[in-house]
Amino acid sequence: MTVENRFSAAFGKGRPSLVCFITAGDPNAEATPAILDALVEGGADVIELGMPFTDPMADGPAIQEANLRSLGAGTKTADILKIAGDFRARHPEIPLVLMGYANPMTIRGPEWFARECAKAGIDGVICVDIPPEEDQELGPALRDAGVSLIRLATPTTDAKRLPAVLEGSSGFLYYVSVAGITGMQQAAQTSIEEAVGRLKAATKIPVAVGFGVRTPEQARKIAKVADGVVVGSALVELVGKHGADAAGPVRELTSALADAVHSAR
Amino acid sequence: MTDGKSIPNTLRDQPDERGHFGQFGGRYVAETLMPLILELETEYRKAKDDPSFQAEFDDLLEHYVGRPSPLYFAPRLTEEMRKGAPSGKGAQIWFKREELNHTGAHKINNCIGQILLAIRMGKTRIIAETGAGQHGVATATVCARFGLPCVIYMGATDVERQQPNVFRMKLLGAEVVPVHSGAKTLKDSMNEALRDWVANVHDTFYIIGTAAGPHPYPELVRDFQSVIGREAREQLLSRTGKLPDLLLAAVGGGSNAIGLFHPFLDDPDVQMVGVEAAGHGIESGQHAASLTGGGPGILHGNKTYLLQDEDGQITEAHSISAGLDYPGIGPEHSWLHESGRVRYMPITDNEALEAFQQCCKLEGIIPALESAHALAALPKIAPEMDEDQILLVNVSGRGDKDIFTVAEHLGVEL
Repeated sequence: MTVENRFSAAFGKGRPSLVCFITAGDPNAEATPAILDALVEGGADVIELGMPFTDPMADGPAIQEANLRSLGAGTKTADILKIAGDFRARHPEIPLVLMGYANPMTIRGPEWFARECAKAGIDGVICVDIPPEEDQELGPALRDAGVSLIRLATPTTDAKRLPAVLEGSSGFLYYVSVAGITGMQQAAQTSIEEAVGRLKAATKIPVAVGFGVRTPEQARKIAKVADGVVVGSALVELVGKHGADAAGPVRELTSALADAVHSAR
Repeated sequence: MTDGKSIPNTLRDQPDERGHFGQFGGRYVAETLMPLILELETEYRKAKDDPSFQAEFDDLLEHYVGRPSPLYFAPRLTEEMRKGAPSGKGAQIWFKREELNHTGAHKINNCIGQILLAIRMGKTRIIAETGAGQHGVATATVCARFGLPCVIYMGATDVERQQPNVFRMKLLGAEVVPVHSGAKTLKDSMNEALRDWVANVHDTFYIIGTAAGPHPYPELVRDFQSVIGREAREQLLSRTGKLPDLLLAAVGGGSNAIGLFHPFLDDPDVQMVGVEAAGHGIESGQHAASLTGGGPGILHGNKTYLLQDEDGQITEAHSISAGLDYPGIGPEHSWLHESGRVRYMPITDNEALEAFQQCCKLEGIIPALESAHALAALPKIAPEMDEDQILLVNVSGRGDKDIFTVAEHLGVEL
């Protein structure tokens, strides 16, 4: 299955999709595959695998701690690529997105990173700190390798900037519903509705909404208007609490979220 | 695109229109911040062309900061450096006395400029990061002066080792927030300030303390700090009729150094040396010398030399000087390093401690530990220069804040 096929299948089920985030290597690289499988079993349509970084500037406490737990356990880039490749072998159809920061992604050169992503069966990459203005750092290499660059739009992305954000992005558009860091407050429903409407008028690619979405109830409301709902910190907190035994609780929350999102409309 | 190796006609017209110094610099920030960064650039260009902005900046520097700062010939240190030198060798050592500025360091120059920009942009809340506390004090000072609320992020380790500055900030009305993530030093305080900014971007201005971060910060901080070099140039010309032969400054992020260097970059006979903090020594791995011991990478909004591992994870810096304890460096320094225009040299904690005491005893000036790193390079440079040559050191800050740290290292109980 090609990258575009996986994304269009995941977002083309005639209902909203659930996008779930966990940090790779949290609490350690050996524990991640079972947690990823729990997300799939729970009903996640797309998986975002966080690439840990020492300085996660856009993340709130939950994901900051997950990054530190992972790095503290000795997780290396090679481990993350292996986790991704093994996931792809087990789950040929679920889109897998790597999400993280510029420095670990570009340290060996963008071509190296893009090639390794393609080899591991990674469908898309979200890089928090490479805006369209610095696209050359990663964008061309990913596109050449057939890996989607998934960009973020935010409440501060005005109509003038939006075309630049959309240019060269594919897979889906990630709408960051609050100006802030991950896992904190949730945006007002009306502002989300207004923003999603504006974004959907500007692009054909699916729009997924994230940041501050914690409960099935919140997810259901957003799923009424968005193509996808992203949940991260709430799942990462379960991993923080249950460690290597997190698969069960993660499956449970994912399942509740999936029910809410899939039946929202 | 320049490759960073070729020498263009002028070295003073960087960055390019996209904020790059060769391959360095740029705007590596979250999308939420991009519109504000672009607005800041537009507003800064307008302010630069607005004579009333420049006039207010100059007026505050003169009457509030106390500029121009003196240019001082250091006779006893000059003699000391000549002791081991061959006959006819041993440069004249001069100080640019930034430690005599209001708040005791060069940091205030930049804070005045940035708060005027913040007010121009209608921002009503100020945040900043600080390491040694000098930038925090300077930011708290201008916030008091202009009546704006101020939140200073400071690593919990730095809060411990810089208590006097913490109290100063509080007296000035700032809220000091200790940061407990990472090694609890300058890098972590910058992460936390960025998190605050991204959540409060509508009303908040981030006064970055050094010539680093996303474009246009490296440029505007350099421009505000360039008053150091412009003054020094005028003062030295009027006193000696000559330009300096060598400029020497400590480099953490590098704002005092770039402020001194930039006005001289196109004078080919003026050599420049930047001093990085080598902590316990480069070979120990415990240092803050990103040019000597690091490689190019992306952090805190810019591409520059960083201390990092093979996976691009940032490694912890170490320096006795809290102001130099950062695993990166301003992007213009990375560019000047690769182009070879400026030479960068590592100095250890112990060398800096020696120089700190020597400057106290020989010149009656207690330098900041940051500045002591620059002074510690004198024995490696001055004795090889001719005695009619001029070596100008930026004494960027005063060392009152450091006496507790120094006492501890000397085994003295206060």
